[in-house]
Amino acid sequence: MWVTKNPLRVLKKRIVASQDQELAVFRAIGNNDKSAIESVYSENYALIQHFVISNNGTEDDARDIFQEAMMVLYEKARQQDFELTCQIRTYLYSVCRRLWLKKLQYARRMETQVENFDKLVPVEEDLEDHDKLTLQYQTMRTAMGKIGEPCKSLIEAFYVHRKNMHEIAGYFGYTNADNAKNQKYKCLVRLKKLFFAQYKNA
Amino acid sequence: MDQSQIAEVVERYLKGEMDSQEKQAFEEARKNNPELDQAVVEYHFFFEEMVRYGEVRRFKSNLYDTHHTLQENGEIKELQLTAGTRIINMWNKYRRVVAVAASIAGITTLFISGMITLFSPNRPIRDIEELRRKVSNLEKQSNNQTAEIKNFKSKIEPGADVKFGGTSFLIDQKGYLVTSAHVLKGANRIYVQSNDGVDYLAEIVKEDLNTDIAILKITDEEFKGNKQLPYGLGKSRNELAEPVFTMGYPKDEIVYNEGYLSAKSGLQGDTMSFQITISANPGNSGGPVFNKNGEIIGILNARQASASGVVFATKAKYIQTLVDEIKNSDKEENIRVKTVSTLKGISKPEQAKKVQDHIYMVKVVLS
Repeated sequence: MWVTKNPLRVLKKRIVASQDQELAVFRAIGNNDKSAIESVYSENYALIQHFVISNNGTEDDARDIFQEAMMVLYEKARQQDFELTCQIRTYLYSVCRRLWLKKLQYARRMETQVENFDKLVPVEEDLEDHDKLTLQYQTMRTAMGKIGEPCKSLIEAFYVHRKNMHEIAGYFGYTNADNAKNQKYKCLVRLKKLFFAQYKNA
Repeated sequence: MDQSQIAEVVERYLKGEMDSQEKQAFEEARKNNPELDQAVVEYHFFFEEMVRYGEVRRFKSNLYDTHHTLQENGEIKELQLTAGTRIINMWNKYRRVVAVAASIAGITTLFISGMITLFSPNRPIRDIEELRRKVSNLEKQSNNQTAEIKNFKSKIEPGADVKFGGTSFLIDQKGYLVTSAHVLKGANRIYVQSNDGVDYLAEIVKEDLNTDIAILKITDEEFKGNKQLPYGLGKSRNELAEPVFTMGYPKDEIVYNEGYLSAKSGLQGDTMSFQITISANPGNSGGPVFNKNGEIIGILNARQASASGVVFATKAKYIQTLVDEIKNSDKEENIRVKTVSTLKGISKPEQAKKVQDHIYMVKVVLS
């Protein structure tokens, strides 16, 4: 997929350089790098926005679809054995196209003409992976929703916001980090129970 | 060892925080204690999920922030479609409606021709029935869809002591709401429910018991911002007998009411509020009072028990005062209040339709 329409016209060197750059951005997305997210976002959003809106979508649809595709990209970037064989732009477009078609069918807004993009890559399997991961994420989110306060905030502070036990103790008003730590483990035992109960249901 | 001690030891083991001696002892214990072994396996999976959950959450919030930043910088703009595409879009959108309308027209035609050609009445009638069933099938499908949409799950834990506090309305599409401060009395947690029935977690940004105004912020990660607000805070003078309307949640569903401004001061000459004559019920508290141009002129807060239809509303300018106080404090809240309203000169049903998505029910969890 790296081959451009007329490769002879482009210096080989430049392809390699842009390829390396693209891969670096891809890896950075997997590391949750904010500036990489921002550059991919600003370079590709308009394309997807135009695609969704000219195919019966709203501004909100465009944002949701684009962000979901970014999630898929992120998941792939974290997957060790996944190799990006095309441009990020092509990949995002292919995912968005598939997601939007699915949504259109689901919403029964009838089949629409989805305009053609000269390069598309197959993403069906990636989206199946994505659905599985989303389900797992929701399992944890449901368990978190059931645990109640202050456990939820305490666990989120540690695992989501990556605060250390001293900061957490200060924020929640524990007299020392050890007390906060004890509380964290008590909460974890409960969360684990809820998580596995939820997991079996799913 | 109790459960939480096991959790601690296992986490240290899995994170590789044990020295070699301790690790050896632990692995020995694991071999001899199947329960501990099971705990290690479970925690291994659980912690992996936990870490992944944290990372996905951070990624999502980065996406959300990025979208917001780009929008504020003007790099993401609302897309204006050209007229041609819009017409095609309308055709696509209403194709089904047209199809249904056409088939109804078809039925009528068949029916009439059936009546005229009484010679062979059986066949056309059967045709009619078939088509009818198709139409009712369509109806059933769309009913199912509506049912599915309405069948959301409430986030509020069952058994929680919920008080349906009142009404609130957005003043900034990013999720800042205004309500009456007395609605939130004794709240342990606050949820706001949108007109389509989704609960969002919210918290108090600031409240002023003197003017009885509170500003809430939706903190729920599922809240993705609302459409642009059609109304703003009114700057014009309020006149006696001016018609006003409100929307709120005296019951589980949004309710529209209208009345008029009856006095420029509130109970016992209170100049911070004014008096309106409108039918309002408990649950309307915190709801917006709009003038005929769709500008917010006040917030409903109380009614006089001894008189019917007499309601008091805090003047809207105190919302701006409270927002300014937030801006001047060191809180990192960026609230932008609109002053223009796009509801001027349109019919009342249109106004209500445009406003209703920005009015939220306030549910207060006491326990």
